[in-house]
Amino acid sequence: MKIHEYQAKQILDKYGVQIPRGEVTETPSKAREIADKIGPKVVLKAQVHAGGRGKGGGIKLAKNPQEAEKIAKEMIGMTLVTPQTGPEGKFVKRILVEEALDIDRELYIGIVIDRAREAPVVMASSEGGVEIEKVAAETPERIFKEYINPATGFLPFQARNLAFKLSLEGDTFKQGVKFIMSLYKAFVATDASLAEINPLLITAQGNVLALDAKMNFDDNALLRHPDIKEMRDLDEEDPLEVEASKFNLSYIKLDGNVGCMVNGAGLAMATMDIIMHSGGMPANFLDVGGGVSEEAVKNAFKILVSDKDVKAALINIFGGIVRCDLVANGIVKAAKEFGLKVPMVVRLEGTNVKLGKKILKESGLSFYPAETMKEAAEKVVPLAKQ
Amino acid sequence: MSIIIDDKTRVVVQGITGGEGTFHTQRMQEYGTTVVAGVTPGKGGTTHLNVPVYNSVADAVEKEGADASAIFVPAFFAADAIMEAASAGIKCIVCITEGIPTFDMIKAKLFLNGKDCCLIGPNTPGIISPGKCKIGIMPGHIHTPGTVGIISRSGTLTYEAVDQVTKLGYGQSTAVGIGGDPIVGLQFIDLLRLFKDDKDTEAVILIGEIGGTAEEEAAEYVKKEFPKPVVSFIAGQTAPPGRRMGHAGAIISGGKGTAKEKMKALEEAGVHVAKSPAEIGQKVKKALVGA
Repeated sequence: MKIHEYQAKQILDKYGVQIPRGEVTETPSKAREIADKIGPKVVLKAQVHAGGRGKGGGIKLAKNPQEAEKIAKEMIGMTLVTPQTGPEGKFVKRILVEEALDIDRELYIGIVIDRAREAPVVMASSEGGVEIEKVAAETPERIFKEYINPATGFLPFQARNLAFKLSLEGDTFKQGVKFIMSLYKAFVATDASLAEINPLLITAQGNVLALDAKMNFDDNALLRHPDIKEMRDLDEEDPLEVEASKFNLSYIKLDGNVGCMVNGAGLAMATMDIIMHSGGMPANFLDVGGGVSEEAVKNAFKILVSDKDVKAALINIFGGIVRCDLVANGIVKAAKEFGLKVPMVVRLEGTNVKLGKKILKESGLSFYPAETMKEAAEKVVPLAKQ
Repeated sequence: MSIIIDDKTRVVVQGITGGEGTFHTQRMQEYGTTVVAGVTPGKGGTTHLNVPVYNSVADAVEKEGADASAIFVPAFFAADAIMEAASAGIKCIVCITEGIPTFDMIKAKLFLNGKDCCLIGPNTPGIISPGKCKIGIMPGHIHTPGTVGIISRSGTLTYEAVDQVTKLGYGQSTAVGIGGDPIVGLQFIDLLRLFKDDKDTEAVILIGEIGGTAEEEAAEYVKKEFPKPVVSFIAGQTAPPGRRMGHAGAIISGGKGTAKEKMKALEEAGVHVAKSPAEIGQKVKKALVGA
């Protein structure tokens, strides 16, 4: 799960990570009040789930409270387009108003789980404020890493190693070590999957602060963090994806026009792939679960037909433990309830497949049956182009 | 022959009295798996599905000689169940449970270090040596005894591959789902090593997906020391970066873990890479008979 910058900073603050003074608001007048309190110079930052905000006009400096109010008026309610939002952009509901600090250096600190080593890794770089993927690709020697032994946790010498490599000195060094240790503490305590400070700011006075903050969390652990779960902002997500998540369906909207409904994540990805190999583009990823219930089929069907981009759909079910006749019944019921708005190719395989096909055939609805994945993909692609 | 499990394997089911545990224990029994015990803390001394239920895995090992375990307990208790099984001396732990927090798995893997046992999963359909033993939730009837080994990160996509292979007249020596999570027990390489030494396995299908670097590592291993033909398919060629495709482990992050990179690494290692999932069976046939 993703959260906003201001939420990440609230969490980090609790664990002793230094953040700039600031407050979040939804109104220009409040922005002015905040600037009065912490200003006069402040930075206004649009709160959306996308990076590259500065490039789209989502981060601006105000010299005084009056200017803060004026900029806030322009920023709140704007549609912010950044390299990460796509051309449709994101609606700005609220902004973070923060004290403007004098910058000496911009660094990078990030923590993720290294899958191969099965442990968290803390990464630091002197190249802050730019995309870290770019640094990793072009100048990997400028990224320093410390792998954490999960039994001992992050050790002080490891934090010192990173602080030395970032060329921190004196009191700044001490602050830096504490900063990195606190960030790790927050990462572990919240079951985060990513904690990224980019840039990590060294002020002209030598103080160490998180200028930006990004945190993602392990969806599987959210039940033990109800406070974090509550930070989910549904407005930042695709409405159909939100709808699907209510029914525990795994759905992701994509750019194509061939809808698909599949049981199992691997088979769902493979179905998208075979659609592409047959000359089409998938409109979505939709996994109804390896086990598939009739209910899941119904809900998934509803989501599929409510996507206006879907011109034809492919239902691909491999009945393993679940029987094809049950799935076929679910499909027929859903089609009768929500209507067969687009041509649908149905491929059933596995347990009770004959009975399943019979149910579809005798339903009186005009499904396009297919025997194999290949045949199904080759049928659905031309249908989507019609 | 087969790897890891055979007709002598004695299985204990952790979470046997739950809904999933009950349903799949019945399917395993029908398949012919020797289920010797169940474990549900607090229900020790009872009988369920004609097998004795114990309070702990240690009891099941001591009293019934269980040497493999199938875990069907809820996600927040699953890491504990894995560690309990390892502690009790279970040799093969199959964790079906989906949705275990990553940090729980990191701890469990650390606990398993140095212990004489193997973990399959979590978030796996399980392992099957057709005709001998099935520990998991895969449909037994699509499998047939034979000479093709299968290793996969997926569930139903594995069934698809099994089905294609079976329909072409080839059976499977053992089919293993390694699990769709970022952190799992046995990896592609561990299983390739076992298949290498298994006389009855003539070819291996490796079904990967986006995310992580396990496929690249497998490719490296195949290139260096795996003498049998390998066929592979990587799911997620059309997956967008930064989005989790159902499986917790199936995500392209920081530009890494794309299907393209994985397919390239495998091809360079001499693996027969199927571009389309419909070609898996045919590629196996080609690899085996050279036609």
